[in-house]
Amino acid sequence: MNQTLDSSRLATGSQANAQQTGANLGHPQIVRGITRATLRKDLRLEWRSKDAINSMLFFSLLVVVVFSFSFDPSAEESRQIAGGLVWVAFLFAAVVALNQTWARELRNQVLDAYRVSPAPPNSLFMAKVLGNFIFVAVLETLMTPLFIMFYRLRALGPAWPLLLVAAFGTWALVVNGTFFAAMSIRTRSREIMLPLLLFPITIPALLAMVQATTSILNGEGARFWIVFLLTYDLVFTTTCLLLFETVLNAE
Amino acid sequence: MTETVAVITVFNLIKQFGRFAALRGVTAEFAGGKLYAVLGDNGAGKTTLLRTLAGLNQPSSGRVSILGAIKFHDICGQVGYMAHPSLLYDEMSGAENLAYFARLYGIVDSQRCAEVIRAVGLDPTLARPVGQYSQGMRQRMSLARALLNDPKILLLDEPFSNVDLRSARDMVHLLAGLRDQGKTIFVVTHQASLLEGAADEFIWMEAGKIFARTRSFQPPGNSA
Repeated sequence: MNQTLDSSRLATGSQANAQQTGANLGHPQIVRGITRATLRKDLRLEWRSKDAINSMLFFSLLVVVVFSFSFDPSAEESRQIAGGLVWVAFLFAAVVALNQTWARELRNQVLDAYRVSPAPPNSLFMAKVLGNFIFVAVLETLMTPLFIMFYRLRALGPAWPLLLVAAFGTWALVVNGTFFAAMSIRTRSREIMLPLLLFPITIPALLAMVQATTSILNGEGARFWIVFLLTYDLVFTTTCLLLFETVLNAE
Repeated sequence: MTETVAVITVFNLIKQFGRFAALRGVTAEFAGGKLYAVLGDNGAGKTTLLRTLAGLNQPSSGRVSILGAIKFHDICGQVGYMAHPSLLYDEMSGAENLAYFARLYGIVDSQRCAEVIRAVGLDPTLARPVGQYSQGMRQRMSLARALLNDPKILLLDEPFSNVDLRSARDMVHLLAGLRDQGKTIFVVTHQASLLEGAADEFIWMEAGKIFARTRSFQPPGNSA
């Protein structure tokens, strides 16, 4: 299998097509290509290891079952508490995925390979956010029927706005979570540090998610909370994108 | 063709980690197209110097200029870096790893990945994940990753560690060939004897400083 090492096998200069600089890799199409490649790589790694999704599913399942048996709520009570219960469960479960996101970049110091390359830091960040969004969305898709079944949930009005709440709420969790997970990777107790950094800043979004969910389940309007979530997402996505390069290169 | 112009200039480079100074005023010039062996005891500052050249450590003070650029970002596409850890994903095969890292350099040609894998003596069709490679294979694949972007400057940290003697000699042969093609190569190693006859210069470090530069691998002075 192993052959002799031979430098003459290597094309150099223009043949190698590799004299890229930071400047010409900043083209939007190339940035999107790097984001896609990083996202594909993360999904592939998760598919093979299933580290994040298994931990998230197990944790959420515990919350659903234990709380259901502990309280045994009526349909009316469920509508009142479901918003809080569902989103707190997803928030805690998401933290598990968020810790995994950067942990795999620290094994073998792979993150350094990204840092020495001309690839833009925000491509890495967006790929991680999208990857986490997919993981948490998969979790939500799998867990929602169980929540409905165990808590006998039935919305009194149209339920479709819950999709908007889920999308904007999940984005709020993962965009901040990915950013603060990146900040805490070099700290000694990052599993503790991430919730400490993330939860206070997520409270406004969490409040909006819970209020919107409860309102929709009770057949009331949730327009204000949905717009609030959208605004929160825009503000924090922009802030995280502006600051991520500093976080990535921090020593 | 061997260049003689300085491609890397380091001036009064100081790197502190808290109160500990890993580099204490390193000043040096390195000509292009040469193979440098960076030697010294543990804690001498070899890896810190290499990481600073690779843009991974920000100098506390002093200046680094590579290929005329002060900002590493401007020339990062022309530098290849191999660290002591593999910088590879254990769950993916060598080819998958390289295909991903190639995209980071804007390389979309899959032939290039196969080419560098073959150049380091491995089989590009090997589907086994890197986590199941032997240490020697992992080092070779790590070297392939560093060569992917056809860099003008190669920074290699302990490329021969945990590698059997034959593979290490093969790697030296490869590096000498790359140097002959005009690349400037820095090898941080504790196995200086391997580079005897191949390295153009031996850079001796101690306590965060370069204290000697020699043509042979024998330590300067009487010290062993």
